[in-house]
Amino acid sequence: MARAISTRRKIAISAIAWLVAFLIFFPILWTFLTSFKTEGTAIQIPPKFVFFEWTLENYVTVQERSNYFRHFSNSVITAVGSTIIGLLIAIPAAWAMAFSPTKRTKDVLMWMLSTKMLPAVGVLVPIYLIFRDLRLLDTHIGLIAVLTMINLPIIVWMLYTYFKEIPVDILEAARMDGAGLRQEIVHVLTPMAIPGIASTLLLNIILAWNEAFWTLNLTTTRAAPLTAFIASYSSPEGLFWAKLSAASTLAIAPILIMGWFSQKQLVRGLTFGAVK
Amino acid sequence: MATAQTQTAARLMMAPAVVLLLGWMLIPLSLTLWFSFQRYNLLMPGQEFFTGFDNYRYFLSHPNFWSALANTLILVGGVLTITIIGGTLLALLLDQPIFGQGIVRLLVIAPFFVMPTVSALVWKNMLMHPVNGLFSWIARVFVVQPIDWFAQAPMFSIIVIVAWQWLPFATLIILTALQSLDEEQKEAAGMDGAGPFPLFFYIILPHLARAITVVILIQTIFLLSIFAEILVTTNGGPGVATTNLTFLIYMQSLLQFDVGLASAGGIVAVILANIVAIFLLRIVGKNLEA
Amino acid sequence: MRLRSIAIGSCSLFALAAGAQAQSLTIATVNNGDMIRMQRLAHHFIDANPGISLEWVTLEENVLRQRVTTDIATRGGQYDVMTIGTYEVPIWGAQDWLVALDGLVSDPAYDVDDLLPAIRGGLTVDGNLYAAPFYGESSMVMYRTDLFEAAGIDMPEAPTWDFIADAARTITDKDNEIYGICLRGKAGWGENMAFLTATANSFGARWFDENWEPQFDSEEWKNTLQFYVDLMNEAGPPGASSNGFNENLALFQTGKCAMWIDATVAASFVTNPAESQVADSVGFALAPDNGLGKRGNWLWAWSLAIPAGTQQAEAAEKFVGWATSKEYLALVAAEEGWANVPPGTRLSLYENPEYLSAAPFAEMTLGSIEATDPTNPAVDPVPYVGVQFVAIPEFQGIGTAVGQTFSAALAGQISVDQALETAQQQTRSEMERGGYYR
Repeated sequence: MARAISTRRKIAISAIAWLVAFLIFFPILWTFLTSFKTEGTAIQIPPKFVFFEWTLENYVTVQERSNYFRHFSNSVITAVGSTIIGLLIAIPAAWAMAFSPTKRTKDVLMWMLSTKMLPAVGVLVPIYLIFRDLRLLDTHIGLIAVLTMINLPIIVWMLYTYFKEIPVDILEAARMDGAGLRQEIVHVLTPMAIPGIASTLLLNIILAWNEAFWTLNLTTTRAAPLTAFIASYSSPEGLFWAKLSAASTLAIAPILIMGWFSQKQLVRGLTFGAVK
Repeated sequence: MATAQTQTAARLMMAPAVVLLLGWMLIPLSLTLWFSFQRYNLLMPGQEFFTGFDNYRYFLSHPNFWSALANTLILVGGVLTITIIGGTLLALLLDQPIFGQGIVRLLVIAPFFVMPTVSALVWKNMLMHPVNGLFSWIARVFVVQPIDWFAQAPMFSIIVIVAWQWLPFATLIILTALQSLDEEQKEAAGMDGAGPFPLFFYIILPHLARAITVVILIQTIFLLSIFAEILVTTNGGPGVATTNLTFLIYMQSLLQFDVGLASAGGIVAVILANIVAIFLLRIVGKNLEA
Repeated sequence: MRLRSIAIGSCSLFALAAGAQAQSLTIATVNNGDMIRMQRLAHHFIDANPGISLEWVTLEENVLRQRVTTDIATRGGQYDVMTIGTYEVPIWGAQDWLVALDGLVSDPAYDVDDLLPAIRGGLTVDGNLYAAPFYGESSMVMYRTDLFEAAGIDMPEAPTWDFIADAARTITDKDNEIYGICLRGKAGWGENMAFLTATANSFGARWFDENWEPQFDSEEWKNTLQFYVDLMNEAGPPGASSNGFNENLALFQTGKCAMWIDATVAASFVTNPAESQVADSVGFALAPDNGLGKRGNWLWAWSLAIPAGTQQAEAAEKFVGWATSKEYLALVAAEEGWANVPPGTRLSLYENPEYLSAAPFAEMTLGSIEATDPTNPAVDPVPYVGVQFVAIPEFQGIGTAVGQTFSAALAGQISVDQALETAQQQTRSEMERGGYYR
């Protein structure tokens, strides 16, 4: 009897959960579907959900018009590059803050976060001038540098909160057993820190991938990532819904797929110290 | 524990991050500060001169400054409210045993991966459009006058779009916190005959306080500078209904390449953002203490 | 440092030795259909000019404008050819930011006198041509012949605003989602203000008097705005305050609008059966007037210009010449048909019988363009150049701010009088800041 109730309950809750999940996912699904319509069908009312003539013409047009793979590889290079460099700088810093905190550690952290609040529209011109003089405009290095700086505070903070949860007792125990600093790091701490580092890595790839102000303003052709690709499909004169949908699908698919596959790793460390 | 030696080591380890961020902040900031005291328009070269606080006076006395400030806070507050309440409910739902839990979770987190420009374009043109949009079609199927989203409820529309993007983030963090809640605690409370509501308000919610604090802090940092969504959908209008501080700076300055004014606006925004940050810390910082 | 300059020197020597082989032009362009077509056909140019390769940066209009302006003003040197409009050319030309196209002007094969005078005038500063027009556009009335017939109304070739308003109100049938008229309402200097400024010209209004005093407190502006708001409330579609060109295009193509006053380039979209559900029942008329001698149509030309910072001015001029030549028009005609030729730049195109028969909107386009005068846009004298804009650096900001205010009036948030008062104040204070009253 109790089991029957709980099964029924499970079905009911599942139904609600699926409905909500579907609604949340719907805009993305709709974009995906629209990308296979002709421009005419795309704005038709009543809308066609699945039963329309599926066509690949939008993807063909997009492929003809822009070098998707160049934009894609630029996105990969800058997102991954900036994340890795960010991690290399942030891991020691977060480590130090977590394991040898001082009175000012929290202030330093907060100050780091506050650097994120400099509004990009206000500092575009100064940065542009600096980049021009350093010949960094439209280069991978320049873009990686900016993305690293923008996301560094988040990386440091995320790692800090994660590292802080590594129990110090374990270190002491290892020390008692006569482990050296090296061994301590390699055998005890690294395995414990890996999940946190992995999810920081993933979150920052996502943030860097989706950054749309600097990536658009500091690049022209050689380093232009997918955000620039999208900008060439939004609001031209004429109908563009289907083509935009195709371009959007191409731009978000890689990161969406990556996110889905690495979901477990992403979630495991994505606590920001929210869990005790 | 903290010997002098480890302290030095710690300083050394922090040095690269601190120095780089200092550089990143100070160089543009000092340039910005310098420009903010100049009359400097990119489109009028050769006419630069020192103006003192002229740019600041002009920016702060702009008739739309206060409404932009209010809009910024409404936008941040609105999105936070929706994502925290929605995220908590969603996390409670996903914490239950359900069929196909993995897939449901994938669907729910998907919006977080979508570029802001793309999501704004999709919402505006394909969903909220008063004539060709899906919502207006649904409204008409139910014989209701379709809502003209960006004219009748512009700020609400933008809040919805932004909240949609950030809901997954809030849900994930709250869900992780929820899952760490001791099953025994819940069961013990259930034994005591606590109904679902007392259980939620006395056991679960206090446990989530930390997670919610984190969501507020991280999201506020990103939400204070919302820009792309406004540019794509309403262009700050109608009137100044959706002009937040970032957009005001953009409109007043970047749009006419008035670097001096842009810089003054930027400095003002930094100061305001830091005030908000300090406030936030005062209010919620306690929760973050270990 | 020394080493580096030697290295650079030897590199450039090497480049010289390789002749023009290594030239690569970076072209910034807007993502409109005609430019996309140019990009597709550009292999003809590359074939004819071995040694020049092309890199395209195709961007949405607003992003493009911000990118190229930042770059040219800071001398970033990222582009060799820029697509800019009639708003930028007078300002940038006066700053010496652009390379004057003397080579093209003196080239008899290019035939610079074939360019439409109104457009050429808008791209010339102090007698120098600073940009070559790629396509030109004005605005006109597009209307649904079937709806007009059903209502028993005849559209004259040159309607008045009163006629348009009456017709719009008569045809509107909100229950069946037929709206009498669709006009721009989305805030922006290139969106609702383009339409409203052009309309204001035909109502006898102007942005500034000869002393740069804003004129929003004038009776003419009040008439303009009141007319617009009333008409849109009674006969316009819902959501008009966020409708720009594209939104209205979609509305018209799906049969929701009886009339639409907008860019002449829209003609080829609304008559294209592949996209438009009303393709075979579209008529055209000149933009309306009030009998004051000015019609409410604008003038815009997307043009190719060469920034002064480029290292490859010669190759760039070659490309600009190719893309805006008569031969290019013939190339497009041969490959994609006469109807797809970029319109509104050359007189010879409008003397070509093949074009005239393939493009039913051709004469109306030419007539609309010729009816404008960028140097003398309003009924009263003005100190500025530009029909639907004011070619001063401050205008993008002012125009957008005023556009926001007017869109608020359209959305019913404020009254027409309040909107005009706010606009007057905003404009006055920006102009004061710009130093126009010293």
